[in-house]
Amino acid sequence: MAKILVFTELHGSHVKAVTLEILGKLAGHTVEVAAIGSIPSEATADLAKFGAAKVHSLKGSNLDKYSPEGFANALQGFIAAGSYDYVFAGATSVGKDLLPRLATKFDAGMASEVTNFVMEGDKFFGTRPLFAGKCFAKVELQGPKPHFVSVRPNALGMNANPTSAAATSADSNVDAGAIRAMIKDIVKGTSEKLDLTEANIIVSGGRAMKEAANFKILDELANVIGATVGASRAAVDSGFAPHAMQVGQTGKTVAPSLYIACGISGAIQHLAGMRTSKVIVAINTDPDAPIFTKADYGIVGDLFTIVPLLTQEFKTLLGK
Amino acid sequence: MNIFVCVKQVPDTETKIVPTADAMFIETSSIKWIMNPYDEFAVEQALLIQAAHTGSTVTVLRVGSSKDTEALRTAMAMGADEAFLVEAQDNLDSYSIAKALKAAIAKSGKNPDIILTGKQAIDDDCLQVPQILATMLDIPSVSVVVGYEGSASEATVKREVEGGALEVYGVKLPALIACNKGINTPRYASLPGIMKAKKKPLTTLSLADVGVSDADRRVKYSNFQLPPEKPPGKKFDATDSTKQAGLVKEVVGLLRTEAKVI
Repeated sequence: MAKILVFTELHGSHVKAVTLEILGKLAGHTVEVAAIGSIPSEATADLAKFGAAKVHSLKGSNLDKYSPEGFANALQGFIAAGSYDYVFAGATSVGKDLLPRLATKFDAGMASEVTNFVMEGDKFFGTRPLFAGKCFAKVELQGPKPHFVSVRPNALGMNANPTSAAATSADSNVDAGAIRAMIKDIVKGTSEKLDLTEANIIVSGGRAMKEAANFKILDELANVIGATVGASRAAVDSGFAPHAMQVGQTGKTVAPSLYIACGISGAIQHLAGMRTSKVIVAINTDPDAPIFTKADYGIVGDLFTIVPLLTQEFKTLLGK
Repeated sequence: MNIFVCVKQVPDTETKIVPTADAMFIETSSIKWIMNPYDEFAVEQALLIQAAHTGSTVTVLRVGSSKDTEALRTAMAMGADEAFLVEAQDNLDSYSIAKALKAAIAKSGKNPDIILTGKQAIDDDCLQVPQILATMLDIPSVSVVVGYEGSASEATVKREVEGGALEVYGVKLPALIACNKGINTPRYASLPGIMKAKKKPLTTLSLADVGVSDADRRVKYSNFQLPPEKPPGKKFDATDSTKQAGLVKEVVGLLRTEAKVI
C-alpha cells in the first residue's frame, strides 16, 4: 500500500472536482490531501467522503496568491517531511505549472495529464494520450520518489458510491522562501463560468457562426444546460471569440461528458482538443464534414435553426 | 543580452500516427517534421527582445534526432544567430531533455539573461521541460505567457489561467518564459533569411557530451496504441424544415435515455 498525497486547490468553500475523481480512484490506499490555505469544513467533509484520511491546511506568508516558486518551496518542505510515495494533482493551470517544478526539486519524474491509472500494490501504471490524442500509451515512473502524477479533469469520472468516513484535519506552517516571479495583478476573464478544461458540458461554435454576436445563441443554450462556451480555431482566428475560448491544438484540451459542436467542420487540430469527450453532438450543414465521423449524434442542418430548437427542447426536458 | 530559445521538432499535425510493431513508440520513418508550433512564438519573442537590446545574441537549442534539422534551420532563417543540437532519440523524457538543455547552455559559454520556450510540445503534450529546466537552473519562470514587456533586467509578463483570466507577474531576469499563442505573431522566414541560415553555426553535441544517460530517464512509455475506434454514431438529416423539431426532440431524448449525459 502506497502513501499518497493529493494536492488540491480551494474553490470557495469546495475543492476542485478533479480532486474527488482522483480520491475515488485511490480507494484502499492511505491518502492525504493538502491545500495551500485553510480548507473549509464543507471541503473536508467532501474529501473524507471520497476517501481522504487526513486533510492538511498549509499556511505561511506570501502564499495568498499562486507563485510558482512560493508554492513549490512550501510544498517541497511539507512533502519531504511526510515521506510520500506519490503526489497527485489535477492538471489545472496551477497543477500543470507546479508539479514539474516540485518533481524536479526531488529529482523525481512526473506523468502528465493521465486520463486513467491503476495502482498495482505500490506501483503506478497510467494511460495518457500522445500526439494530439492520435494514440495512447502506458506510462510508468522510475527513479527517486515521490513520483508525481497530474490527472486530466473529467477523465476518471466520479466514484458513484463513495463511502462515508471522517478525516482528521491538521494545520502545518510552510515556508514560501524567496520569490522572484510574483503576481502583481490579476485581470479577470470574460467568463465567470467553469473553465473549459473543467466543464462537464461544452457548447462550441465554429466558422459557421459567421460573427461574434451570433455566439449569443450558444450562450442561451449553455445557460439552460449549465455548459461553458468554446470555439474552434477558425472562429477565434476570424475574431468571433477570444483565444481563451479556443478548443484544439493551439487552445484547450477538454474532456467533458457532453460536447456540442456547432458549425465546426472537425479539422484535425480541433479534434485533438476534444476527441476524449464522452459524448459528441455535431451540428453542420455539410453531411460530409469530418466532425460527423467522431460524433455520437450528428445533426445535418443549419445551426441557426437547430441550436434554438435544442435550447427549447432542453428547457422543456429540464423543466426550466 | 544573451537570449536562448529551446525548440522541439515534432510530427506535423496532419501526420498519420502508427505505433511500432513492438508498441514501444511510433513509426518515425515517414513523418514530416516541423518546429513545435508554440516554439515559433518563443523564437519570435527572442527576436523581438534582441531587436530592443542592441548587441544581443539569440542562441537556439534543440534535443532530438539529427535526421532532420528543420526546426533549427527555421529558427535561424527567422533570425537566430547560432544553434546547438544535442543528438538523441526522439522519445527522451522531459527530465532528460531538460538536463541536456541545461548542459548545452553551459557548453555555449554564455550566461543566459533570458530563456524562451513554447508552453508545451504537441507530440507528448507534457508541459514539463520549461518548468524542469528553470528549476534545474534555479531561475524564476512563468509559463503559458501571452504578454511580455521587459528591460534588460526585469520583465512584466501575463500568464493565462482558467476562464481566460490573466495573472500579471513581475519577474527578475535571468528568467525562463514559456510562450503561448497570443504573445506575438511569428514572422515567416524570408528567402534571404533561409540562404543566410545555411551559413550560420550549428554545433552538434552527443548525449554523452551533455552528461545524460539512461539513468536519467524518469518516465517510461510502452504499449503505444491507436485509440479504440468509436462505433459509428447516429446521424439525423434535419435539412427538411418540417422534420427539424421532431428530430431535435429525438436527439435530446437520446442524450437523456441512451447517452445519459443530461
